[in-house]
Amino acid sequence: MEHEHHQAIATSPEITFPHEPASNTKRIWKTFWILLFLTIAELAFGLSHYIYHMEGGLLLFVKGGMIIFSIFKAIYIVSIFMHMGDEIRNLKMTILIPLLLFIWFVTAFLWDGVSYKNLRNKYDRPSTEQVAPPHDAQKPGGLN
Amino acid sequence: MSTQVPAGYKWWTGGKSPYNVSYGKLMMWIFLLSDTFTFGALLISYGTLRVSQPYWPDPNHVYNTFPFMGEANLPLAFVSLMTFILIMSSVTMVLAVHEGHRRNRAGVEKWLLWTILGGFMFLGCQAWEWTHLITGHHPVLIDGVVQEIGTTISRNPFGPVVPGLMHDGHPVTVPGPVGFGGFFFGITGFHGFHVFSGVMLNILMYFWTRNGRFDRQGHYEMIEKVGLYWHFVDLVWVFVFLCFYLI
Repeated sequence: MEHEHHQAIATSPEITFPHEPASNTKRIWKTFWILLFLTIAELAFGLSHYIYHMEGGLLLFVKGGMIIFSIFKAIYIVSIFMHMGDEIRNLKMTILIPLLLFIWFVTAFLWDGVSYKNLRNKYDRPSTEQVAPPHDAQKPGGLN
Repeated sequence: MSTQVPAGYKWWTGGKSPYNVSYGKLMMWIFLLSDTFTFGALLISYGTLRVSQPYWPDPNHVYNTFPFMGEANLPLAFVSLMTFILIMSSVTMVLAVHEGHRRNRAGVEKWLLWTILGGFMFLGCQAWEWTHLITGHHPVLIDGVVQEIGTTISRNPFGPVVPGLMHDGHPVTVPGPVGFGGFFFGITGFHGFHVFSGVMLNILMYFWTRNGRFDRQGHYEMIEKVGLYWHFVDLVWVFVFLCFYLI
């Protein structure tokens, strides 16, 4: 953009094209306001399911909304604050492509957890009253 | 702004980094990628356990206190303050990196000091929150006796309420899922350890900046590398905040 701002960046032999940083802090503060807004939106969603009792699709919408807001916050932090957006494609792909593993990682393990819950509901002896299970019912080292 | 590269430029012909960054910065990115999977594994195992449970405590109910506000019910207020502190310290860090690009030593020093302050404030908040969870006792029905217990890695007072049973004006609950404390203290503790390391690195950067090390080197790239680490800590908090406090 502004070529008069040739601020000296690392003149390492490994760097073929010098990164050209923004000449002012406008972009940083804009990102700050976006992050603040997204955080307030998350809080509003988080408090809404405390104040109003929610179930089913509505609760899923509220929780899904908070997850999407968080992912947008992550994108802004990585792209602007960590300057990933200014790097060349080779670096971006090297770091970002392995993150696709998270799609399998989250899906498989939450699936497993839900399956465990369903099996528990199906085969565990239903408790007739709401009291804590006796102490010896917990297996040593068991997480639940 | 973004790096200007001619179209069709051949990166893989040798003699240069195909990533257009220094070795150190590339390795910082690779380290952060591995750390992403470490935190990812911790948070996903928490998620697996949580969805396998028939009951899980409502975070709005667990985290509802604020320092010096006594027993006032203020859900999420304190953690919002912590989140704001960490976002703010990320902004001051990126401003330090910005001043480093301009080779303005005084500017780097100023913004690093603000970042260090933010880091210490966050750690102080976390210390308060941990203390409050561990020492804040709630009446729980255990083996037919009402006992007052706090949250630890082996005990969780935030179970379902026992209908009609009160103790000193508070509803009595049964013990909640034990994994709650272990995951909470384990993951926020591991994150807090990262914050602490980041603060130590920033203090080191402050002294290195002060004694003119980067001016002699001719660039402030080390500030960028530590900055990457610091922003990563903020990034992890986005998801800790989501998984423990919001959902």
